[in-house]
Amino acid sequence: MAAVDAVAAGDVLPAVNKLLLRKRMIAFGVPAAITAYFIYIFFAFDFLGLAERARMDNAQILMSDFISHKTHVTRDNRSGAMDVSIEGEAKGQYPDGLLPEWVTMTGDVTQVTLPDGHGVTFTGRDRVSYVHPGYGTVDIVLVDGKVQLTTPDGQVPDWINASETRVSLTTESGRLSVTRARTEVFRYSYGWELFFFTLDSPFYGKSFGEIVGLAISGDRVDPAQSNIANIVGSVWNNAMWRHGDVLWAIFETILMAFLGTMSAALVTLPLAFLAASNFTPFVAVRQVARRLFDFVRGVDGLIWTIILSRAFGPGPMTGALAIAITDVGSFGKIFSEALENVDNKQIEGLASTGAKPALRYRFGVIPQIMPVLLSQVLYYLESNTRSATVIGAITGGGIGLLLTQAISTQKDWEEVSYYIVLILLMVMAMDSLSGWLRGKLIKGDDGGH
Amino acid sequence: MTDATLNAAPNLRRMQDNYLELVRRKRMYGGLILIIFISVLVSGFMLADHRNAGGFWDGILNIGSFPSEVVSEAWANRANLPGLMWAAIPSLIETVNIALASTLVGALMGGVFALLATRGLARWPRLIGLFRRVMDTLRAFPEIVIALVLIYILGPGPVPAMIAIALHTGGALGKLFSEVAENADLKPVEGLQSVGASWIQRMVLGVVPQVAPNWLSYALLRFEINIRASAILGFVGSGGIGYELKTSMQWGQGKYDQVVAIFLVLFITIVIVDQVSSYFRDKLVKGH
Repeated sequence: MAAVDAVAAGDVLPAVNKLLLRKRMIAFGVPAAITAYFIYIFFAFDFLGLAERARMDNAQILMSDFISHKTHVTRDNRSGAMDVSIEGEAKGQYPDGLLPEWVTMTGDVTQVTLPDGHGVTFTGRDRVSYVHPGYGTVDIVLVDGKVQLTTPDGQVPDWINASETRVSLTTESGRLSVTRARTEVFRYSYGWELFFFTLDSPFYGKSFGEIVGLAISGDRVDPAQSNIANIVGSVWNNAMWRHGDVLWAIFETILMAFLGTMSAALVTLPLAFLAASNFTPFVAVRQVARRLFDFVRGVDGLIWTIILSRAFGPGPMTGALAIAITDVGSFGKIFSEALENVDNKQIEGLASTGAKPALRYRFGVIPQIMPVLLSQVLYYLESNTRSATVIGAITGGGIGLLLTQAISTQKDWEEVSYYIVLILLMVMAMDSLSGWLRGKLIKGDDGGH
Repeated sequence: MTDATLNAAPNLRRMQDNYLELVRRKRMYGGLILIIFISVLVSGFMLADHRNAGGFWDGILNIGSFPSEVVSEAWANRANLPGLMWAAIPSLIETVNIALASTLVGALMGGVFALLATRGLARWPRLIGLFRRVMDTLRAFPEIVIALVLIYILGPGPVPAMIAIALHTGGALGKLFSEVAENADLKPVEGLQSVGASWIQRMVLGVVPQVAPNWLSYALLRFEINIRASAILGFVGSGGIGYELKTSMQWGQGKYDQVVAIFLVLFITIVIVDQVSSYFRDKLVKGH
């Protein structure tokens, strides 16, 4: 007995040792390999150079634009004309007679009050002075087309950047820049400007309570339309934010995802029968169907998108078709695998009652695969909402297009953040919708019909 | 005879009628839902067609013209193809590297998030909800959004794409990993705890060995997805084979042989990765 044990132990011991050695090798080898790969990536992707190339000032602009906006007070130094506008855009320009409360104009003197006791005074067309409470008054005068700077102590502190053609002051409270052509003050304030009403709207500057009051009162601000229509129209057609266009773009993106997913599912279902071994006994047909799915999947959404956008031009239809074609490949694989896993007993039972093939499929097969199908289709619908954003950026449709346009201007970051928030809300809404439907349809469905 | 039985049992008859009535109603609802669904689909397509620059019927007739133009030019210059395919290899490697690195980073992130967000395993049980919300948010960001914003800060290159894909992967894998970890057996964890193992030791030695096959299989599936994502992100703006494809497409005629070469390289890569990954996934999930 003891001898047997010893023999067995003698046989097993080397195998056990080998296994333990292998485990130990894996335990150290895998982390070592991953680390080595990351070191390689560190150099291949040039992370060292990246630290130099990274534009942290861009990051700062981006962050401050996300949460604040700036108002420009500009003087044309040739004509002396003053102009106050939000973000320096024509559509954010204050109309005559309307000024922010921190700007006062008396004769040819314009006073701009900045936070923390800072202030700027424009006089005539060639003189401007900046009051810094901790430093003194900085005077800038234009003489013979040159910009002259006078500071209280005769030095130029590091927050002033001065040359003969351009002087700029940057403080915590704002920015002043003077060139030969114009003098400009930036004042920063929190929040997204003119989000609901632009300056030309009669509702601009009214509180929420006043708006509600106007909406329910009978006195019309504009005799041509009711107040509610006027309010909704003002917001919908807001020139700065274009809410109407943006919501259309979101709708287009969801439309692309919906049409693409559903038409892919409808097209794939019959084809999947051809690719399933238990429904198609002919090897050749099966192989053709399977290779077709493999090909569509392998070519990849990117290529389909490019080909389709050449044929159909930019727009939601192109995006929907691109999603549809890409998904035919994935659905084909999933559906045909589900079909191969169906239980034959139900089909045989139906056949024994004399049911024809169409009825056998309808009542014997579809109810079995319906839960898999529905949950996959809903899952893809949710994931395609995200893809539709990317595809929209390539084909030119939906919110993806607006996003890439806003990013490429490199200054409308508040719009970029608005779009990002909307995209996130859209994806989360589709996520919960698809989860809710999945729970509803699959649990509440006793067998699928 | 039958009549007599039925008359004798009016109850049965009523039940039969009720049953048929229910079936009819169910069919009617089903049919109505189908009609509504189809009309939504059709009107959706009509709307999309209306808002598209080119119409559907014009497009469907022209769908072959661009590919045939490309292929015929490439066929005329087919002697160049092997050389051009070889020349596309470095950018292909970059694309694969973006996908692999982001899958690795994302899987590591997802693993940590999953353990922190699974009931029974979490280090700080009160923060489970927080970690879940973080994963939801990461998952909800389309990669392109993060990539485009990062390109503005970091400049064009593979790193913005890598970070963007890694963040999304972290959120997506975190959710799947956590579903796997929920089913893990807690006995090894308790055993380790009884001998005084720290949380990290309990997770690494008690949980990870149990969940590793499923986690790996999900990570491989994600790698297949990320190869495609990294090609697409290249096309939209940063590095890799997608960018090469875009530049040669924008060149237009005269570079179509390059387009075909890049397409072939990408196609072959995707097919190989899919096949290899599905082989290993089968092996991992089914045991052997």
